[in-house]
Amino acid sequence: MALGASLLFGGFLLFITVPVVSLFLRISPEAFIASLSNPVVTDALTLSLATAGACVGIVVLCGTPISYINARTAYRGRDIIDTLIDIPVILPPAVAGLALLMAFGRYGILGSYLSICGIEVAYTTLAVVLAQVFVSSPFYIRQARASFEAVDRSLEDAARTLGASPFRTFTRITMPLAAGGLVSGAVMTFARALGEFGATIMFAGNIQGRTQTMPLAIYTAMQGDLDASLALAVILVIISFGVITGVRYAVRR
Amino acid sequence: MKMGRYTTALIACMVIGAFLLVAGCTSTSQSTTSATEEEKTITVFTAGSLKGAFTDMAAAYEEQHSGTKVILNIDGTQALRTQVEQGARGDVFASANLKHMIALMGEGFIDNATVVDFVENRVTVALPASNPGNITELSDLAKAGTKVLIGTPEVPIGNYARQVLDKMAEDTAYGQTYEDAVMANVISEETNVNNIIAKLLIGEADAGFTYTSDVVTPAYADQLTTITIPDEYNVVAQYPIGVLNESANPDTAEDFITFVRSEQGGEILQRYGFSPV
Repeated sequence: MALGASLLFGGFLLFITVPVVSLFLRISPEAFIASLSNPVVTDALTLSLATAGACVGIVVLCGTPISYINARTAYRGRDIIDTLIDIPVILPPAVAGLALLMAFGRYGILGSYLSICGIEVAYTTLAVVLAQVFVSSPFYIRQARASFEAVDRSLEDAARTLGASPFRTFTRITMPLAAGGLVSGAVMTFARALGEFGATIMFAGNIQGRTQTMPLAIYTAMQGDLDASLALAVILVIISFGVITGVRYAVRR
Repeated sequence: MKMGRYTTALIACMVIGAFLLVAGCTSTSQSTTSATEEEKTITVFTAGSLKGAFTDMAAAYEEQHSGTKVILNIDGTQALRTQVEQGARGDVFASANLKHMIALMGEGFIDNATVVDFVENRVTVALPASNPGNITELSDLAKAGTKVLIGTPEVPIGNYARQVLDKMAEDTAYGQTYEDAVMANVISEETNVNNIIAKLLIGEADAGFTYTSDVVTPAYADQLTTITIPDEYNVVAQYPIGVLNESANPDTAEDFITFVRSEQGGEILQRYGFSPV
């Protein structure tokens, strides 16, 4: 029985690790270094980091108040709102991409009005950020809400009785106490945003330097330049490991 | 009030976010409004099979017209058509078949007067140079266990390949059983021809229906071999090119098309295996 369990365990671990290791084994170090000066690689890397960074900024900015309110106030319909906020997680990315296009494309439900005002969203870098925000926001909001709920309210009450304003209580008591969870939520959001493919390619398109993020570049580069594709994949693996380590460190604090 | 670490980080993210939002919006408008006489950008919607040729074409055009930037949007023609129909902006549309171009013309996206056929191409069966499937003639594609790649029905190369198979099905030498057997051997339908080539290059399939231009392309020439499809079964792929109606730089767009059809453009296309018209 123990043998069966360890075979299962070992087999599963191999299944997870061998593909990742294969990425490193199929590209030579020279080819990897050479790829780092390939514009396809550098354009995708900067675009991915910039858009995912902006995404996290937006999600934290908008998500913190939402999750705080949902954690502290029991208003009517809160459960429905919670389900709505979770929708992007359940929605397959391709569906998200199509939905965003139908809503905000130039002939979209809302997009047609935006277009009249001269604002075009689809097939721009902004669309990349919006797609990322759409699919990754639930990761932060869920985590933030759980973190706020875990903060001992008696500490907040104590601060208020000592004369601190609600805002000061929030920034000096609540946030630091919830910080570990908030940071890990933000990091998961960043990771999800970095990896976003389906919604991006459908809503933002696939043009180098403008909308071709790393996952899109990996897919496109594979059609002819396997080394560029592998280099990008290796970089993403390294970033992903950094993310996991970051999350575990943040949570432990 | 002393700014906590988190407040600082939050503000930093806001600033980055705001900057990128502005950058995102303005990068759209930059490519759709011509800044000065010298600085122009055109976006060319390029059918997948033209990737190599148009990359060189864009570089050559930029060299001759300093200050002009040519951006290529490369994908299967049907994917590009969908983008245009969904509001994507561009200046030139280079299609791998007449069907999608005619559809766009009918929907009012193209300046019909500017449309010309500029190259022709043909279909072939491409194999990895190592020939893992041991394919020596067309009938081998029907053998059980052969791994075949074809385009989706909507992508031009997929449509052309099916036309070829239909023609072969009408000939008693092959018949409908041949077409059925080949389609049963298809392991994947790809959304553009470059995906087919990619899988052949890494040996993931035994054969794929590609263009003759693909196997002549310098980058792949020694990694692929072909089985020729006789003329009586083959189709002539006609590539039309035209200016998009909403182009912000229609003059530059037309100038680019003129360059494509010039002698220099023709040389580039021939190098990649196309037959300029």
